[in-house]
Order: sequence, then C-alpha cells, then structure tokens
Amino acid sequence: MPAKYVIHHTPTKPRFRPVGKLGIVDWREDCSSCHNCVKRDCVYRLFRDEADTLRDEIGYLDYIYQCKGCLNCVQNCTKNILTRVVNPEYRRLGDSYYTPDLILTTWYQAETGKIPVSGSGYGGPFSGPGFDSMWTDMSEIVRPTRDGIHGREYISTSVDIGRKLSHLEFADGQLKIDPPPLMETPLPVIIDRIPLHWRRGAVMTAVTTAAAEIGTLVVLGESDILEKDASPRGHVIPFLESPDASAAQQGGSAPFVMIPDRPDVMALQEALKLNHPARIVAIRIPAVPTVAGRVAELVRDGADVIHLAFDSHGRELGEAQPRHMRDVLRDTHTTLVKLGIRDEVTLIASGGIAAAEHVIKAIICGADLVAIDVPLMLALECRLCGECERGQLCPIALEEIDAEFGVRRIVNLMAAWHSQLLEMLGAMGIREVRRLRGETGRCMFFEDLERDTFGRLFGKRKS
Amino acid sequence: MSTIPYDLRSAGPGSPDASPAGPEYAEVSRDVRPAPPRYRNEIGKYSIHRAPHCAACGRCVEICRHGVHVRPEGYLHVMRPYDYRCIGPDCKDTGCFCIDACPQGALKLSENPAFETLGDHRWTPDLLMSTSTMAETGRPAGNHLEREVGASGGGFDRLRFRFPDSPPPDLRREDISTKLPLNRRGDSRPGITIDVPWYGGGMSFGSTNIRALLGKARVAKAFHGFTCTGEGGYPERFVPYKDHVITQVATGLFGVREETIQRAPIVEFKYAQGAKPGLGGHLLGDKNTPSVAAMRETVVGVSLFSPFPFHSVYSVEDHKKHLDWIAHVNPRALLSAKVSTPNDVDMVAVGIYYAGGHIVHLDGSYGGTGAAPNVAKKNIAMPIEYAIGRVHQFLVDEGIRDQVTVIASGGVRTPVDVAKAIALGADGCVIGTAELVALGCIRCTACESGRGCARGIATTDDELLEMLDVDWCTQRLVNLYSAWQQLLVDLLYRLGLDSVGALRGRTDLLTHLDYENET
Ligand code: SF4
Ligand code: SF4
Ligand code: SF4
Ligand code: SF4
Repeated sequence: MPAKYVIHHTPTKPRFRPVGKLGIVDWREDCSSCHNCVKRDCVYRLFRDEADTLRDEIGYLDYIYQCKGCLNCVQNCTKNILTRVVNPEYRRLGDSYYTPDLILTTWYQAETGKIPVSGSGYGGPFSGPGFDSMWTDMSEIVRPTRDGIHGREYISTSVDIGRKLSHLEFADGQLKIDPPPLMETPLPVIIDRIPLHWRRGAVMTAVTTAAAEIGTLVVLGESDILEKDASPRGHVIPFLESPDASAAQQGGSAPFVMIPDRPDVMALQEALKLNHPARIVAIRIPAVPTVAGRVAELVRDGADVIHLAFDSHGRELGEAQPRHMRDVLRDTHTTLVKLGIRDEVTLIASGGIAAAEHVIKAIICGADLVAIDVPLMLALECRLCGECERGQLCPIALEEIDAEFGVRRIVNLMAAWHSQLLEMLGAMGIREVRRLRGETGRCMFFEDLERDTFGRLFGKRKS
Repeated sequence: MSTIPYDLRSAGPGSPDASPAGPEYAEVSRDVRPAPPRYRNEIGKYSIHRAPHCAACGRCVEICRHGVHVRPEGYLHVMRPYDYRCIGPDCKDTGCFCIDACPQGALKLSENPAFETLGDHRWTPDLLMSTSTMAETGRPAGNHLEREVGASGGGFDRLRFRFPDSPPPDLRREDISTKLPLNRRGDSRPGITIDVPWYGGGMSFGSTNIRALLGKARVAKAFHGFTCTGEGGYPERFVPYKDHVITQVATGLFGVREETIQRAPIVEFKYAQGAKPGLGGHLLGDKNTPSVAAMRETVVGVSLFSPFPFHSVYSVEDHKKHLDWIAHVNPRALLSAKVSTPNDVDMVAVGIYYAGGHIVHLDGSYGGTGAAPNVAKKNIAMPIEYAIGRVHQFLVDEGIRDQVTVIASGGVRTPVDVAKAIALGADGCVIGTAELVALGCIRCTACESGRGCARGIATTDDELLEMLDVDWCTQRLVNLYSAWQQLLVDLLYRLGLDSVGALRGRTDLLTHLDYENET
C-alpha cells in the first residue's frame, strides 16, 4: 500500500477582516446604559473585544458583522433597542453562482484547512440547477471502506493523466508496444491557468509553490514561465497558446504541455512529441454544444488528454440556453463509451468547479479530473468584486500578498477539499476516485428521482 | 382566526410564574398552559411602537385579542407591547385594531426587519414563528404566518392536499383517531400504540441540554409516545420515563449495557443518520465534559468518534444476528432500525423486516439536529420525500407492507408534513428540529462553536445549561404536541378520514404544484 496521502494544514488568519453575514445594530439614543448590558454576555465575546478594536484602524462597523446571530443580546436587551441585520456588503459578495455563502465557506476552509461543519440540518433549497440537482449515494452496511477521514482503510484520490491503451499486444511473449506515458496526481484536481487580472504580485509564485507542495499540476502560460523559471519544473503544464510550425522546439523539456484545439491539432501533437516521445499533450477545447463529437474525433485520432473548458459558472459556451457541465460531461462520456474509446483518453473539466462536492459530481458525470482557478483566488481572500478587471483598486490589495501566506491558504483549502472528497467517497463505499468516473449509479439525479416518485403519481412535470 | 384559549395578558415573556411548577418525575399533564418565550424580546413579524405621548388609557389593552398590549394588575402604565404576538395589518378588518382605536394616535405598526433575517429556505421565519407560537399557546398560529410550507421549492413544500368538497356528514372531529400502532408483526411482543403518529428523535446526552432532553421525555410520557437516547448513553434521570424512552444502539455503543437494553420498550439500531449518511459521529473534546464522559464511559476532554458503519455488520445476515442479540437480551422490546436514504433504500427496508425489525425508520438527508459536515447534509443521500414512496411501494409489492411500521424523519417540520409523509406511504414520523424550535432554537447552525449553543439548547456548558428549565421545556412541548394534534385532526376531518391510519399511502389525496397532476 502506498504511503497515505495527507495534505497538512496550518491555520492561517486572513489579512483583512472577512465580510461577515450578520450584525447587531442599536439605536443608541434610547439606550439606558445598563450596568449589566447584554452585550457583555455575548457567548462569542463579540463586544468584549469592542473596546480594543475601536482603537485599531479596523473600524467598528467592519467588525460587527462577525456576529454568529444567536440573538441573545437582541432578545435580552432591557430597552429592546438592538436588532439584527444582514450585512449589505455580504449580500453584494460574488454572484449567483459564487454565492456569498460559498465565498464565506471557502474563506473558512482556506483559514482553517477544515471541513465546514454546522448543526441543525440543511437549510438550503430542495434542489437547484447543475450540480445542485445531484445527490451522491451511500451504503448502509455493506461496503469496503470505513470511517471516511478518520479512516483506517486507505481511500485513494490519485488519478492518472495520459493516453491509455485499449488493449495490449504481445509478440514472442514481450509487450509489442510501449505503453504511452502517464502522469499521476494524488488529487483529482489540478490548477488551471489563472486569468490575467489575478496574476499580480506573488500570486503566481504562491499558486505554483502550493501546487508543488500538494503534488498536483498547474497550467501556466508561456509568459508566466519565462518570467520566473526558464526550465519549468515537473509539476508545471506550459500552455502553448499559439504554437507554430517549429512546435517541436516549444515547451522546453516539459513532460506535459497543453495546446488549444485547432484543425491541425493532431499534427501539432505529433510535432510536440517528436523530440520528447514521453511527453503528454493535452488539448484544450472550449465546451461548445457540439463538443462531444469533436472529442470523439480527437480520441479516435489519438489524443492523450482533453481539457474541456466551461465558463466560470460551469456552463456551455456560445449558446443562448447553455447546458451545465453536468449534462455536457455525461453526454461526452457516454458518446465515448458507446464508441468503446472512453478508457483511452483522460478528460479534464474546468470552469465552475467551486466546491469539493463539484469535484465528485464532475467525476461522476464523466470527467477523470478537474481544473480550478477561482476557488484559489477566494482562498487568497478575493471578494470577486471585479475591481481589478476594471483596473480599479483591489480592496484586499492582492498584489501585496506574501507568497508564503498564499501557499498556506491554498494548501489549506485543498486539504479541506481532500477531506471532503474522502467523506463523500467513503460514504459511497468507493475506495478509489478512479473508480468513480462515470459511475452515475453511485448518484441520484433530480429528474430521475422526480420521475420515479412524483412523475408516477402526478403525471408530467410542468416545464 | 385564532384567538387565545386563556388570558395571555397575565403572562408575558420571561415572567417566572409563567411556567408550572412540580417535581419533574410526577405525572405529566397534557393540559395546555401558557408557556411564554424565555426571552424578553421575542422577535415577531411585526413591530408595534408606542410613542411617549401615550396617555395610558388602556384602550389598546381592552381591544387587542392577541395579548400584545398588557397592563398588569395594579399598574398604571401599559407594558412595552409584546409585539411578536401581533397579527399585523390584517387586524384592521377585525374591528379590534389598536392602531385605529388609540385615542392619542400613539401606536405605530410596522414590519419587523429583524424577522426576515431569521431562518432559511426550509425553516422560513414564518415556520419558526408559527412553531414557537404553538409552543407558547398550544394553538395554531394566526393566518398572518405561512404555517404549512417552507420555501425550499421542492418535496413537501410543493405538495398540497386535495380536499373533497365537503366531509362526510356523519364524521365528527371527536371520533377521529390519531393513534399509531407500532408492532404489526403479530409476534409475541407487546402491541405498543402511541397517541399521535410521531415521536421524538434521538438527541444524545452530550450534544443536547439534559433539561431539553427531559422535556422531551416528559412530553413523550404525556402523549404515550417516545423519545430516544441518541447514542450518548442512558442518563439516570431518564429512568422515571423508561416506558417512553427508546434505547439507541449506535456504532460507538456508548452506554449500551444490559440494563439499558432491558428497560427499553423499543431498541433502535442506528445504522446511519440522514444528516451525515455514511459518515461516523463526532463529539468534540470540549463537549466531552465529566458527566458526558461518565455516561459514555470514556476519558474527559477526548474527542469521541462513532465509526461508520457497524463494524460487526456487513451483510443482512450480520444484521439479523445483531437484532437477534437484542431480541434475546430483551424479549419484550420492539426492534427498530434507523437508516438513511441511499439509492437502494427499498431493499434495505425489506432487509430490516426479514431480520425481525418491527420499525423501519428512514432518516432523510435534509434533517438532523446535531453537527454534521455541510457537504454531507447537502449532497449525500436522497431527501425523505422520495424515499417514503419507494419503500412503501416496495413493501407493498413484497406483500409485507402491513407487517412493518415505516417511520419517516429528516425534514418533517409541521403536522402537515407529517400528514404528507403518511399520504406518501409512511405510518408515522420522527421529529427533532421542530421540538428544538419550540424550545427556542432559531437554527443559527452554530451548535458546534465554542461552548455550544448560545441559547442553551445544544450544549453541555454548565452556565449555558441554566438557560432552560425542565418544566418550561415540558410545557412548551406539550403545547406544541397539542396544537399539532389539533391541526392533524382538522386536516383529517377536511379530508373526510376517520383515522390517521386511513391516510397512509393515499397519494390520490395529494397534488404537486410542479406537475400537471393528470396520470
Ligand atoms: S446575536 Fe449573539 S453572537 Fe451576535 S452579538 Fe448578540 S450575543 Fe453575540
Ligand atoms: S478582491 Fe476584487 S479587485 Fe481584488 S483580486 Fe478579487 S476581484 Fe480583483
Ligand atoms: S394590530 Fe391588532 S393584533 Fe396587533 S397589537 Fe394591535 S390590536 Fe393587537
Ligand atoms: S446553536 Fe443555534 S441552531 Fe444550534 S441548537 Fe442553538 S439555536 Fe439551534
């Protein structure tokens, strides 16, 4: 058995006070200055710190939104002058996909490295679009794995990247062909190319160092690499944006490169392997509606790895009514399975992977692994305000982060994700994430459950 | 419209004489008595502001039928309004509208902005408020609150009942039975029947305030129902209520001893729970206080893990052995198995029956009271609404539906949810969060932080435990159960059914708002 893969976390406080959800406000003019003001009794010592904090430059207002919302002070105040409010800044965080709640949860994981835990059941919507219309399965009694993260049995989250043989051929008792090269990552998550507006200060150093520490791979543009290291290290995947005829020379000695899809892409792949037969080439394809057909074509022509890029909300590109990657991946996976070529290629999905559960769900739908970017920026405290994209001042001064701080926060987030992957795999009774690929039998889709229960009783679902 | 059955004006929130006294082990009365909230400022949907130019004429005290304006005996001034009881602008049409009646024009009615910050999609502010109103008064809350459904957008929240034009003329409310028999096997074990088709779910000593747990045990006694130990052991203080306490055998086997098995009328095997299906339990070291450690026979301050699954059960045969073991230790106990809701939940249910179980307890994925990883609560296993129908149908097809009792839990918030679960095919329900909401839980979800629940519910912190009082908890739950029973009877009456048993599997009485409802 290989050594157990563990990601070590180190609690790392944020540099800026995170945007909180709830706050307590009072109408001071009615206050009777009670000797035993209810604020003193806050179990979370919120107001105990008030005096100290007021002297710092961190303002009072900034800070009242750290309330846990127990309402003790509000409900006990002698004059009933306290009330609870939702921080307007909290409401403004993120967007419909990267919701305020998701952002706060990501911050928590980046700070602590721990799985978010809470009491009192689930309070969210019954189901939702995309990944929110899938539930993963569990086994009551019979299952090979035990104990999830507290586990005594090893649950592997490793995946192999590269082309695989559909069958072996022997001659004279010897393997006739060399198996194509494979790379293994201990986590089914690699880091995608970080969009330009975030590549500031020590961000890229933090990202690449964190990738090395976790043991995963990171996609970098050629320019990013040349600035920093002339010879890309093993965990870097150079993205050759516009490779030309001299492709054979490109990508240095990198064992793994990524290229965009284009008509002559297979020739390009060949050229890139000319001097480096052990090199793996990934073809990045925008996930347009016809993508399944294109992927099948490329796999038949011998592609090693295909990277399907969705938009940041996990939607198809160039479509008025885009499908979610949930459906596109299922479609692509099934197309390949029907052609009998699914096992030959590695599928990477990116865009809209915002939480640990999305990793599991994307793999169930047919990806081998995923690539992420936005969650890492959230780990660095980004608020997704978009100011930097507009050339404005960043409220968290991302360009000033210390690389070590960035590494710790990213590693923490991945540690928390890893633990959640183990929890979900453990519950499903699956010991290897490799076995989860396309395993739709290990999950339940909203539309299937609805049809089998309510559809049977109430007929057609209204559209 | 709901009016109050007794004079609420005599009892305001927090007044010490508001809760009945008496030794906790005495008979528990099922009588409804006022049990006002324990906080001074209860948060309601509306705010009533009385301006300083109020002349204390007492007109509002006379006119309001909801106990908002109170002037205690011998007082000159009117108390600050108990505005959480106010029914809002609709009151204008009742002819008893204080705002219009005040000769000084000193009263102002507005929506309370803090109200909207309460709750979530499943437990909306209205459902929280309506539940605590029932716990206070023993009566349904007013129509100003949405009392039946939450805003989750699926499952129970989209199901509605189809009522006949008029109930049968000879049906009388007082003849409607809400009783639920739990032993349908026809074996030599007792035929236990409970008065209402729900009972209290397991919450362990160590996770929940013992006073809340005693309140649950006492209401179980009052309604000839049950509460459950959870997996934290059997506190001595439960012994007076032993006929109404289910001993839970969970994977950690904490506090499972011969005597705790032998005294239980029902023994429940917890295979899994909906909030964290497929995951083990985890009690943080901080909550493992000396009394908890003693109960669980462990070392103080050490985090306690309950593994998943039972490490002695890997097949239906193992499961049968497991049940046989308990059946042998206690020949009078009914056997229940609590499972979560995986894809093959129907097969699991059949397995429980064939191994000798009397009760199949399905715990859906959205419920639960204890702490659980968010990723599990949201994503693992199916919501209870789907599981009930599957299991019911499968048991019918197997020809064993009438030999086993199916209990549903995990997101059952109201008596209407209970009725929907039964119409989908369950026999009854287990409730948890609703009871805690009756005791003042606001679903802030911070049960695990620091010293535990800041409102004194999910905690073992000595100081925080003081926030609850056993009699108050009992009365709140008695009131809640009474109101629920009343609502259930009313619903059955409108459906034209003379018993809750007659509702089981009556999916023809349901519609779903997202479907065309034509098959
Ligand atoms: S509501 Fe609770 S957590 Fe928030 S400030 Fe008041 S006492 Fe503290
Ligand atoms: S916080 Fe705003 S400005 Fe700063 S990096 Fe994030 S999106 Fe850009
Ligand atoms: S508006 Fe009606 S219910 Fe509200 S306080 Fe006035 S009289 Fe009472
Ligand atoms: S901490 Fe909040 S959610 Fe948990 S029991 Fe207390 S009030 Fe309820």
